[in-house]
Amino acid sequence: MSTITFDRVAHAFGERRVLRNIDLSLTEHRIGIVGANGSGKSTLARMINGLVTPSRGSVTVDGLDVAKKAREVRRLVGFIFTNPDNQIVMPTVQEDIAFTLRRRGLSAAEIAERSTAALHRFGLAEHADHPAHLLSGGQKQLLALAAVLVAEPQVLVADEPTTLLDARNARRIGDLMHSMSQQVIVVTHQFALLEGFDRVIVIEHGEVVADGSPEDSLDHYRALLA
Amino acid sequence: MIGLYSPGRSWVHRAPTLLKLFMLSIGVVVIGLLQQPGQLAVAAPVVVALFAIARVPPRTAVGQIAPILWMLLIVVPIQGLLAGWLVAGLMAGKLIIAVALAALFTLTTTVTAVLEAFQRMLRPFGRWIDADRIGLLVALTIRCIPLVAEIVTEVLEARRARGTRGSLMALAVPVVVRSLYAADALGEALVARGLDD
Repeated sequence: MSTITFDRVAHAFGERRVLRNIDLSLTEHRIGIVGANGSGKSTLARMINGLVTPSRGSVTVDGLDVAKKAREVRRLVGFIFTNPDNQIVMPTVQEDIAFTLRRRGLSAAEIAERSTAALHRFGLAEHADHPAHLLSGGQKQLLALAAVLVAEPQVLVADEPTTLLDARNARRIGDLMHSMSQQVIVVTHQFALLEGFDRVIVIEHGEVVADGSPEDSLDHYRALLA
Repeated sequence: MIGLYSPGRSWVHRAPTLLKLFMLSIGVVVIGLLQQPGQLAVAAPVVVALFAIARVPPRTAVGQIAPILWMLLIVVPIQGLLAGWLVAGLMAGKLIIAVALAALFTLTTTVTAVLEAFQRMLRPFGRWIDADRIGLLVALTIRCIPLVAEIVTEVLEARRARGTRGSLMALAVPVVVRSLYAADALGEALVARGLDD
């Protein structure tokens, strides 16, 4: 597994401080991040991919500083957003998966082979030539996952990947995340998604207020919500 | 272009995109120059044969041409009264055949193939033009059409639900704001997928 380190990280959007003094070392296979809306958990997740650069402190992935080596870090870290509509770039399903690989300098045959394999893995083979925008919400999120994982990142960060999905599709995405060999970091409000995770971190007002097993952390979070 | 591709393995599908684009250009020019109904009567079966070779389902093919029939319902009578019915008939025939040829290109060519063809065409100008960026720009433009259409539909529904049916502001403001948010999110997703290098 990769080692992701937050070293005295703080961040503010203008006057609004969203993260304060975060010190973390993430080495487990499956890590969950929970917290109320506006607690700073999505900002924390975005920092792992370099989408947000900390105002203070540093974030590293396997020793690579995300602020200085963003390109290299993004090859290691894939990112899934809440709304899959916002990450589909190409008009058809297979083209969108292939789009990720086209930037990697692979041959056309290799791109076709890998994108076809991804289509089969994520159950999208029968939709290969279908317009991506006509897929169901669950299929779109599967496509978003396929388009990221086809590049074989070492780490997958997902920001509320099941929020817009019905229970069946949410479970499907959850099962996929449990079956992945990659290190998975999931921001979520849905506790069921975190069953069997190795570690859950609770963020409140930009600070880590609980960090441990899913049972202990979620008990702490439930107490905060009560 | 938005999801019109009709998958297949015919030689029309497999023909090089640039060749298809070139043949389409030549075909449209030649159709435009035809002056006799007899010439159109020869061209039309050729186009039908191309659709048959490409194994495009008849319903799909008709679906591509049907929208211009509405326009012809208005234009042909006007043209007939002003310039004569022969000219109006020729104009309608030429338009239908030209649109059918363009539709055949769209139905048998993926967006990726079109982008790659554009990139190949622009490569000699690489010193001045970033062909990959132009390709990405075209892809995003095509992709954003259904995205914005969906936003407009949702805003129209919300407008109806709130009883502000006649208000243009109640349509324009949320559509623009949501489109800007969507553009921002799409940009962030492109960065996350490594498109900022």
